[in-house]
Amino acid sequence: MIFKSILGAATALGLALAAPAFAQDDKTTVGFIYVGPVGDHGWSYTHDQGRLAVEAEFGDAVETTFVESVAEGPDAERVMTQMALSGADIIFATSFGYGPEMNNVAANFPDIKFEHATGYIQEQPNVSLYNARFYEGRAVIGHIAGKMTETNKVGYIASFPIPEVIMGINSAYLAAKAVNPDVEFSIIWVYSWYDPAQEAAAAEALIEQGADIIMQHTDSTAPLTVAQDAGVMGFGQASDMSSFAPEAHLTGIMDVWAPYYIERVRAVIDGTWEQGNVWHGIADGMVGFAPFSDKIPADVRAEAEGMIAAIADGSFHPFTGPINRQDGTPWLAEGEVADDGTLLGMDFYVEGITSEIPN
Amino acid sequence: MIRLEKRLAPSKRAQYLNPFLAVLLTMIAGGLMFAALGKDPIAAIRLIFFDPIFSQQFGSFSRPQLLIKSAPLILIAVGLAIGFRAGIWNIGAEGQYIIGALCGAGVALAFYPVEGWYIFPLMVIAGALGGFLWAMIPAILKTRFNTNEILVSLLLVYVAERLLAAMALGAMRNPDIAGFPGSRDLRRYESAHNADLIAGTGMHWGVVAAIIAVIFAYVMMTRHSLGYQVQLAGQAPRAARFAGVSPARLVVICLGISGVLAGLAGMFEVSGPSGQVRIDFASGYGFTAIIVAFLGRLNPIGIVLAGLLLGLTYIGGELSQMMLQLPGAAIQVFQGMLLFFLLALDFQTNYRLRFTKGARA
Repeated sequence: MIFKSILGAATALGLALAAPAFAQDDKTTVGFIYVGPVGDHGWSYTHDQGRLAVEAEFGDAVETTFVESVAEGPDAERVMTQMALSGADIIFATSFGYGPEMNNVAANFPDIKFEHATGYIQEQPNVSLYNARFYEGRAVIGHIAGKMTETNKVGYIASFPIPEVIMGINSAYLAAKAVNPDVEFSIIWVYSWYDPAQEAAAAEALIEQGADIIMQHTDSTAPLTVAQDAGVMGFGQASDMSSFAPEAHLTGIMDVWAPYYIERVRAVIDGTWEQGNVWHGIADGMVGFAPFSDKIPADVRAEAEGMIAAIADGSFHPFTGPINRQDGTPWLAEGEVADDGTLLGMDFYVEGITSEIPN
Repeated sequence: MIRLEKRLAPSKRAQYLNPFLAVLLTMIAGGLMFAALGKDPIAAIRLIFFDPIFSQQFGSFSRPQLLIKSAPLILIAVGLAIGFRAGIWNIGAEGQYIIGALCGAGVALAFYPVEGWYIFPLMVIAGALGGFLWAMIPAILKTRFNTNEILVSLLLVYVAERLLAAMALGAMRNPDIAGFPGSRDLRRYESAHNADLIAGTGMHWGVVAAIIAVIFAYVMMTRHSLGYQVQLAGQAPRAARFAGVSPARLVVICLGISGVLAGLAGMFEVSGPSGQVRIDFASGYGFTAIIVAFLGRLNPIGIVLAGLLLGLTYIGGELSQMMLQLPGAAIQVFQGMLLFFLLALDFQTNYRLRFTKGARA
């Protein structure tokens, strides 16, 4: 009896306190879930910049919300479901590993649009995929690195041995090798996307091994600050990191999500959203560059800018034959260009890289 | 000059009251923090503690989620608490959780695509065994070489994490999808799927196991001689030795039990809510369970309440991020406050400050 009345009171209290839902008016609600903190100045930060651009573009017509540091797996599924329940019209999930969960949630909410960055699972009609051709950017910084290294050693901090990362290493290496036949890449795997301490330790180790240019496929600014302290140079990742290490920062590949987010939200507002699967690059503005440092000599800068223009107009593809695999077997013949499928499943190094992909 | 003085008879009642007081203080201090961040503190506290259960909009979804989130915490914490009572500090439950998951998933993936009733029980056994063996490393090192089990068990977490990444990228990778990390989705393999026993309730086998573990631990600690030995070893190690309690045996038993339960939690998670062996499968349950064990006063019933409470702050924390745009870090601080206030209150219960006149040399 007592238990029942307590329960009753609690329920009444709960109902009285029930949160007001998102205004169910004609506003379009846009939800984002991020795998890291928005303050990482890397991956999640750039997605949040995209969210802010959506707010700036549409003003009062949209309402945006986000949840940060959401682990892949059941946590992601719960957050996406809660977002859907709270009245979101479109949800952007911005980590590769959210795929299975996003499709599960999309099946339960067929009227809500789902957009998955860097994913590959598309089992529901309301799930779209989008990704950026970061390897195009890697080729440009690879070129600069090949030209500027004096020790002929480039240090590369890699996250996980997955196609996206392997593709980036190959692209940077090919471009560096093209302008500097003696260049060598030392690669350290840190098995994390964001771990400042480990990234810093990796950078220190690479510099100790003689690398005078550091590249990173991880999100923190730690490698750049280590590079600056050691008097060597490096490239930023995801956003403009020059303020963290102005002396060391040459340029960086920037993730520019805003145009895509604005386009997709507009489509929802207009009622014209359709399922899609895009892989945009420099040409579409999804891959950009941080301002070039004065440390880059004028001729190298001009070459890099020429390369960017050539990639943008389609006259140059970073993976153009002849290219052999690491074991010497031919991959691309003279003039042949890699197809997207091979790139997206890339599990081999190109010829010339001396280390092995860890397994 | 301030001196600390141990209270001769710490209040029993305070022991049970402190967790509730800690929650209250956390609400107040957390509310002030939220207000300082420019958010409505009442709305934030309501979103964290009430809405996941009572809101019409979210409740029917998040109530089952509470079970899913709390069950592994409770299962692991119950095992840890037995060891903590005996003064045996297994800090590496996270590692045992990972290994349990890998062993359970390994069995499933080895049988794939064969269907059979016997597969899931085999996975359960493999998960328990995996957690047990991983916990035996610090146990045997301690009994043989007198190494510190805190350090060894903790460091083994990092080994387990590497092993997990290697499995997700290598041996257990889904061969049907070129290049991408992560195993097959066990939720789509019927014989291996740890599904809701009643659809939509969140009641999976892990929840059942947690309930059984709580009952088992309660009976053991209050009715069985082993429970008596554990208590004695923790409170009076010398007396325990005179009473014939073998410290080495106790180390093996306590680490073994907590390893088994952590391994089971991992196995139920990978075959159910998570579904996949993936690089970041481990989401800190093994560490959070330490907080749950202490918040629950190392008492099985208390652990149930503490586990539910912590699960609630996770789910409510996400809601308050989403609805009020509270930063994720503020939620973590909020959860940290809970432990901070509990420890502070416990300290105050066990010690008193004495102000003495003049400095003594």
